[in-house]
Amino acid sequence: MNALSSKIQVVFEEPACGKNQGKAEKERKQGCAKQLAPGAAAGGCAFDGAKIALQPITDVAHLVHGPIACEGNSWDNRHSLSSASMTYRTGFTTDISELDVIYGGEKRLYRAVKEIIDKYDPPAVFVYQTCVTALIGDDIEAVCKAASRKFNKPVIPVNSPGFAGIKNLGNKLGGEALLDYVIGSEEPDRTTPYDINIIGEYNLSGELWQVKPLLDAIGVRVLACISGDAKYKEVASSHRARAAMMVCSKAMINIARKMEERYQIPFFEGSFYGISDMSESLREIARLLVERGAPQDIKRRAERLIEREEARAWARIEPYKQRLKGNKVLLITGGVKSWSVVAALQEAGMEIVGTSVKKSTKEDKDRIKEIMGEEAHMIDDMTPREMYKMLKEARADIMLSGGRSQFVALKAKMPWLDINQERHHAYAGYEGMVTLIEEIDKTLHNPVWDLVRAKAPWEQDRRVPA
Amino acid sequence: MAIVKTPYKAAAVNPLKMSQPLGASYAFMGMNRCMPMMHGSQGCTSFGLVLLVRHFREAIPLQTTAMNEVTTIMGGYDNIERAVLNIRQRAKPDLIAICSTGLTETKGDDVDAYLKLIRQRHPDVNDTALVYASTADYVGAFQDGWAKAVTALIQHLVEPVAARDVRQINVLPGCHLTPGDIEELREIIEAFDLRPTFLPDVSGSLDGHMTEEFSPTTLGGTTLEQARAMGAAVHTLALGEHMRPCAAALQTQAGVPYTVLQRLTGLSGSDEFMTELSRISGVAVPSKYRRQRSQLQDAMLDAHFFIGGKRIAIGAEPDLLWALSMGLTELGAKIVAAVTTTQSPLLELLPTEEVLIGDLEDLEQRAKGCDLLITHSHGRQAAHRLRIPLHRAGMPMFDRLGAGQRVTVGYRGTREFLCEIGNIFLAHPHEAAPDSWPLPETGHASDAEIPAH
Repeated sequence: MNALSSKIQVVFEEPACGKNQGKAEKERKQGCAKQLAPGAAAGGCAFDGAKIALQPITDVAHLVHGPIACEGNSWDNRHSLSSASMTYRTGFTTDISELDVIYGGEKRLYRAVKEIIDKYDPPAVFVYQTCVTALIGDDIEAVCKAASRKFNKPVIPVNSPGFAGIKNLGNKLGGEALLDYVIGSEEPDRTTPYDINIIGEYNLSGELWQVKPLLDAIGVRVLACISGDAKYKEVASSHRARAAMMVCSKAMINIARKMEERYQIPFFEGSFYGISDMSESLREIARLLVERGAPQDIKRRAERLIEREEARAWARIEPYKQRLKGNKVLLITGGVKSWSVVAALQEAGMEIVGTSVKKSTKEDKDRIKEIMGEEAHMIDDMTPREMYKMLKEARADIMLSGGRSQFVALKAKMPWLDINQERHHAYAGYEGMVTLIEEIDKTLHNPVWDLVRAKAPWEQDRRVPA
Repeated sequence: MAIVKTPYKAAAVNPLKMSQPLGASYAFMGMNRCMPMMHGSQGCTSFGLVLLVRHFREAIPLQTTAMNEVTTIMGGYDNIERAVLNIRQRAKPDLIAICSTGLTETKGDDVDAYLKLIRQRHPDVNDTALVYASTADYVGAFQDGWAKAVTALIQHLVEPVAARDVRQINVLPGCHLTPGDIEELREIIEAFDLRPTFLPDVSGSLDGHMTEEFSPTTLGGTTLEQARAMGAAVHTLALGEHMRPCAAALQTQAGVPYTVLQRLTGLSGSDEFMTELSRISGVAVPSKYRRQRSQLQDAMLDAHFFIGGKRIAIGAEPDLLWALSMGLTELGAKIVAAVTTTQSPLLELLPTEEVLIGDLEDLEQRAKGCDLLITHSHGRQAAHRLRIPLHRAGMPMFDRLGAGQRVTVGYRGTREFLCEIGNIFLAHPHEAAPDSWPLPETGHASDAEIPAH
């Protein structure tokens, strides 16, 4: 078994993954990835997943070893924000040619790393493997090792070629690269009893910055966010944190669990989406830190903050309740945990007519039932045609989903709001929920809907010849 | 005359180029009731799809054969077969148009043979046209993929016809022409009493219109019937140098003579276009366009004050680079930096000293001291660092509305283009400051003699 397939096996057998543990032995061996149906598949590849997971590390040069498609067709297309370095937004690729395919691309890769270090001098270079270079047998681990030694700088191989599987697998393989080569390789300048890691938060549209002031207010320090708005050094020294929160359960569970195993950093799974979820996460952070020996008073500070901020958030949502009451929402989400958003929407008086559970674990589904009742309409995999029909028949008033299904809603002349990674608004924490409600209100009550739904004059006015 | 330089770096930084399969898929989107499909890993399709969605703000039908490590090594026949059957059953398209990717080209899948085998094994697939173009990611660029796809469409679909229709002409638009451009061209051509068949016709499918029904395939574009009948046309116009091989293939296939029009932006390019239409149709240039020509001349006179002498850096695919450079140098602008994506006979003819096949890092370095940067939306970071305005041209254009509706062809389109560029300079004037005209640092004999005030 080669390095990649053994790595994939390790990821598949992840003991902390609820979905995985619910399976029989034989099923587990086959891995998480549902076999894709050719001609009826959607979604990104494993390379895409690894890049999404790691690219938010802002001061690193992310070098894609492969043909132009992998980077040229996709660079600078996410809204993961940075408070300092902009290096992560620079697109680096070896853009291999036909000759490289024939003679091998390792030398070009080595020279590319050298050029980047000479010109940009980042604290580290991440090298991403892709399908073509994997197929021709380029050994990126060996090249990275040689380059690290020669240039005296971390050059990290991320072995997650697209054809290894789906995006989610790539998230985890990206995490493995951090575990193997980055985490624990440096020491922090200082530590405090209040140091935590946030794992699986990508600072999309600046969401981390909706949460960080809350943590600051109760005296919690984020040693490393993996990987939103992170610096290389922070990730490299993240093994000294006292506790960790894992945000997006599917993507980086392997990092959280292995850091617990290797460095005894306890973690909990939480969410920043939804008011009660945000509060619960603050409580859990405080609890874990106290368990690890932090002074008790952090719990009190957390409670005081929660009380104040929850009240402030509900007060800001209150005016919308009347306007949003009874509106039917179709919620199709990928990464964002649906149950946490469901609760917030219900609080604002809306009715959830369906929610997707494609990426949810059994536990998630149980929670949805808890919140929405036994008859909860859970959608495993809805085709665009079904979505269109549902919207057209007005069984829903608004759809919240990812960009992929945007035009299904718009062509049905139905309100739509982007809640996936391409979104431009930040929806985390108390602030985020208020923003979400504001955005839903703005969308639902835009005069444009009446105008686009109205018939043309020649379809309704008899004085105008048809 | 320009010197053409090829890449010298191991690492491309901030790519200008996009890959062949994406260009091919985009071409296939100009076919009606079509399902384009990349034969490769699902990421190939996913990246391309996201890029086109962001550019057009439209749903994009694009499928994948979802190759993985094992199927790649074993060969992709099963995947293509299952994909074709799946798509036919679910989406019921008239055409499934397939292009290969770097992955499957490295393996060496013989897709033409696969398609023959699929036809043999599944006779019921005969109701669906299958077209295939070979487009490795590591060869050429977006416009090459587009041209290969159009050639494949011609070779698979166009039939030789005995009788010619003197009012029918074929138009093979390059990928640098937007749906808006094609609408404009159709209007012009029809004014000469000609009936044009565009292949492909993205103005039918990607012009951003509301539909009454949901469709998993393209809705609008060249129909199979129209494509098949192209052999009956009296003439073919290839718009853009990269369409020359496509027009040649059409001539080989059906004996239709062709003309390549290298650009439709700018006065002389538009003149050439009108002359050619008049010659083919035997119809005099309609008064509407005579009027538009004089309007353009007037706009050129107004705009030359602001565009003349300006130093401009352009990063674009060869045919777009050609159209933009020629259109702007007609008003006295200087093309100081030109970076492009792939080889073309046009490059050495460009009115600049050097053309580099390179990336946006190269363009940024060469654009120092320029007044304007012209490239696709990815130039935004470079323009910001250079502190010069960015005019967005080409694909992707994800941070502006109406990317597909912009018109830069013909007299009217050229006028709009020149006004837009002129307005950028008007909006970013160089205003004089007290220290705008310093004397040289040294060399003044009188330096020592300045009396103190």
